[in-house]
Amino acid sequence: MDSYQPVIGMEIHVELKTKSKMFCGCQNDPFYAPKPNIYTCPVCLGLPGALPIANKKAIEWTIKLGLALNCRINTLSKFDRKHYFYPDLPKGYQISQYDLPFCFDGYLETSYGKVRIRRIHLEEDTGKLIHKRLPTGEDVSLIDFNRSGVPLIEIVTEPDIKSASQAKEYAKNLYQVIRYLDISDCDMEKGGMRLEANISIKSQNDDELPNYKVELKNINSFRFLEKAIDYEIERQKRILKEGKTPVQETRGYNAEKNITYSQRKKEEAADYRYFPDPDIPPIRISESWLSEIKKTLPEGLEEVFSRWQKDYQLKKEIVQLLFETYKEKEFLDELFSFAKNQEVKVEKLVNYLVHKKSRDLFETDKKMIIDDYKKASTVSFLDEEKLKEIIKKVLKENQKAVLDYKKGKTSAINFLFGQVVKEAKTRLDFNQVSLMIKKLIT
Amino acid sequence: MKKISAKTVEYIAKLANIPVTEKEKQELAEGFNKTLEVIDALFKVDVSNILTIYQVTGMENIFREDEIDEEKMLSQDQALANAKRKYQGYFVVDQILAED
Amino acid sequence: MKLNQLTLKKAIELLDKKEISLDEIYQDIFKVISEKNKILNVYLSIDNHSLEKAKSQKEKPLKGLPIAVKDNFLTIGLPTTASSKVLEGFMSPYESTVTKRLKENGGVVIGKTNMDAWAHGSSTETSDYGPTLNPRNPKYLPGGSSGGSAAAVASDMAIASIGSETAGSIRQPASWCGVVGLKPTYGRVSRYGVIAMGSSLDSPGPITKTVEDAAIILNYIAGDDKNDGTTSKKPVLDYTKNLKKGVKNLKIGICYLDHPKIKNTQAAEAVKKAGKIFEDLGAKVDFILSSQHLQKNKILTHEYAISVYTIVQRGEVSSNLARYDGIRYGNDRSFFGHEAKNRIILGVFTLSNQAKNQEELVYVYAQKVRHLYVKNFQDLFSKYDLLISPTSPSYALPVGATSGDPMFGELQDMLVEPSSLAGICGISVPCFYDEKTNLYLGLNIMGDYFQEEKILQAAFAFEEATNYNSWIKK
Repeated sequence: MDSYQPVIGMEIHVELKTKSKMFCGCQNDPFYAPKPNIYTCPVCLGLPGALPIANKKAIEWTIKLGLALNCRINTLSKFDRKHYFYPDLPKGYQISQYDLPFCFDGYLETSYGKVRIRRIHLEEDTGKLIHKRLPTGEDVSLIDFNRSGVPLIEIVTEPDIKSASQAKEYAKNLYQVIRYLDISDCDMEKGGMRLEANISIKSQNDDELPNYKVELKNINSFRFLEKAIDYEIERQKRILKEGKTPVQETRGYNAEKNITYSQRKKEEAADYRYFPDPDIPPIRISESWLSEIKKTLPEGLEEVFSRWQKDYQLKKEIVQLLFETYKEKEFLDELFSFAKNQEVKVEKLVNYLVHKKSRDLFETDKKMIIDDYKKASTVSFLDEEKLKEIIKKVLKENQKAVLDYKKGKTSAINFLFGQVVKEAKTRLDFNQVSLMIKKLIT
Repeated sequence: MKKISAKTVEYIAKLANIPVTEKEKQELAEGFNKTLEVIDALFKVDVSNILTIYQVTGMENIFREDEIDEEKMLSQDQALANAKRKYQGYFVVDQILAED
Repeated sequence: MKLNQLTLKKAIELLDKKEISLDEIYQDIFKVISEKNKILNVYLSIDNHSLEKAKSQKEKPLKGLPIAVKDNFLTIGLPTTASSKVLEGFMSPYESTVTKRLKENGGVVIGKTNMDAWAHGSSTETSDYGPTLNPRNPKYLPGGSSGGSAAAVASDMAIASIGSETAGSIRQPASWCGVVGLKPTYGRVSRYGVIAMGSSLDSPGPITKTVEDAAIILNYIAGDDKNDGTTSKKPVLDYTKNLKKGVKNLKIGICYLDHPKIKNTQAAEAVKKAGKIFEDLGAKVDFILSSQHLQKNKILTHEYAISVYTIVQRGEVSSNLARYDGIRYGNDRSFFGHEAKNRIILGVFTLSNQAKNQEELVYVYAQKVRHLYVKNFQDLFSKYDLLISPTSPSYALPVGATSGDPMFGELQDMLVEPSSLAGICGISVPCFYDEKTNLYLGLNIMGDYFQEEKILQAAFAFEEATNYNSWIKK
């Protein structure tokens, strides 16, 4: 059994949070639209005669992500039409990129080793389907095109991932980089970030890739990604042990039952009839444009963490809980040097801030933050029984956060900690409390 | 001449999302053969020095700035005005099996 | 003289001088429409309020004059069907750039004209709403695909009209109906709001009574459009300004007359004669033998042009017509007519894995071969200012002639296909008249990229020097 080696590649789709859509000037805000089909125009509704014009910022952001992921950038690129029929695809084709993606040949580090990135390309999202039974008894699909034409990037890895936990770490690291660049909200619940894994299994000594792969789709959290892949690996091993080959297919994940299930068998290779979109002139990424984009690239995340470690003895695992975007990082840089001037120990300040998890930290005046910290620095202790009671109360009152946590949204713990602190009306040790919360939840 | 099977014609018609009759299938098989001849003829031409991005206009890098163009946006009523089936602001089709 | 018979130029002049009124013009226009539209089937829809609209346009350059527009241009207020049952009754919520610009400059869209469904054809016989007949002789076809627009002008049912050309669809019907048709350089006139056929080929343009009218219309519709990424940013000239410049010292090459299907035809004779006329006007005229431009890649032969054109156009058609699924507008895909179905499926085949050759996309390969046509034309235009040829190999064909001949379109378009592939501009002007049938032949004058001014000057000089234009009495 140990001679089996999982071979995993990932395809992750992320919606960019540009103001306007990819090929038209419609508002890009599908998740918060008050009504269906209000952010459309002739272009994203696929009306006759409408023509696409590419959003420059979306292209720049794609390249920016490519640079952050150590990719090479194609000097010449283009958009292609990818054809298939589906009611949420208004033109009968999706504008995507075929053989000349903006970025290729990059990598992202994980603690298990490098994951090579094959390509990053830019495309348009489809509309959204809602399956419903009408009052008339008819079973229908409703279509909302608010999402149609939203810029979507796809990040494709080489099959370098060897375990479910590495896949999870890769996805989390990618999430972190994208959030840091502040080019997407990566809202997995709503579909702003979509995880797909291609999984197959070979024997340890085999150099060749397996002759099949199973595509795992519809996973909306990192935790489920890990669970689904684990399940899938075991399932495939079982089949292989019987001397059979798993079927090449697309499978979904059912979180309640913690199983994967067959969605669609792939009988023949997809035939998307790609060709360069004649409506969109090719894109040349000149040296000077590229260096303009490079200028907007913030300091690399890993560099930030090692610098803070060196200057303030900050641990990555802790300080990374404090911020997501590069703008927030810049705020912290200023805050830290201000704190240092005030002879506040940055390490302790960070612990305090992580525990406090104030929602409007980045809108707060720096002096005020430091003053508050100084006031709160007198730590009081609670006995464990009292603390337990408080935690139980908080968990009871915050069922949604508990559910979120169970669904894999680890940040919910920070929120719960904050509530405990509020209830206890005193400073508490985050590690101690979060451990207790976790125990009480499961 | 390559023999185009009825299966190939059906496969392509399905890709095209167009219903075809038996008579049309035969006609199309002939059309496919002619198309292959046309393609064969074309591949005799040497194009080794020409970029795959080729477009007649020679234009490059035509973009829009990331701005909302309200003038071009349609109201929900306008968007749905020509649709045969609609329900509470949505377009409607017979139920598609949940796939993606 | 009835006022609907006025040229655009003359009508503007007379309105300016207040010698005539819009009411009188529209009265005559609607009179001829009511007499002839039922027979000729020119208009698919007519704006009965056009006169009211016209009256508020008096101060603008086009004075509220009635212009007929091909039914593949999206217009607010009139249905747009591209002559297909798929789009029956479709009311666009937005306006094409061309009609928008016409309206902004005082043009009034009086009606939408019949065409080959989806612009697939060269006869206007493939319209789902029945064929249009040639106003010069209703036993004959008007050509196509902009047959309705050419017929609207030829029958004086409009003062001028708008068509669109992928390969020949403006020039060939202009030739058959004895009117002027200008196909601008690809990218000179916006495609926004024009139902796409071959996206890398489609060029909207005017169909008019005279060369000068074509220049006037072009002035108002040409130019960069932020809604069409393939429009050129080159400034638009005033094409009427130097119209009378003539052809003195221009080098003109006559093409295709040695082609076996052209040789010894009336069209070839007429073009030879046109060459003489240009020579008399001071141009230097040469015959370009096909063998001369067959060197190296032998690329200007029609078989390659047809190959490239077939692949590029069909591939794009199958893709462009994929959006018509009947969900957001129109009827479902079973409503496509025979010709469209055929082209879509053949186009899908062309783009599919089934037709792949050596792992290279067939479409991409065709685009590369297309580049050789561009290079060949560049080579020719380094030696010649203008190229001339017949617009089509023959006169208008009798009604019903196209149905049995699958190669009909290709044959009709073979003389314009190479130039359409290259994306250069061309204009068709009447160059022969047959008294017996009352039918015309067109002379195709081609110029390099964005040389609209030059082809208009040559066409104007030709028109002035001959008697073939039925609106210019000498």
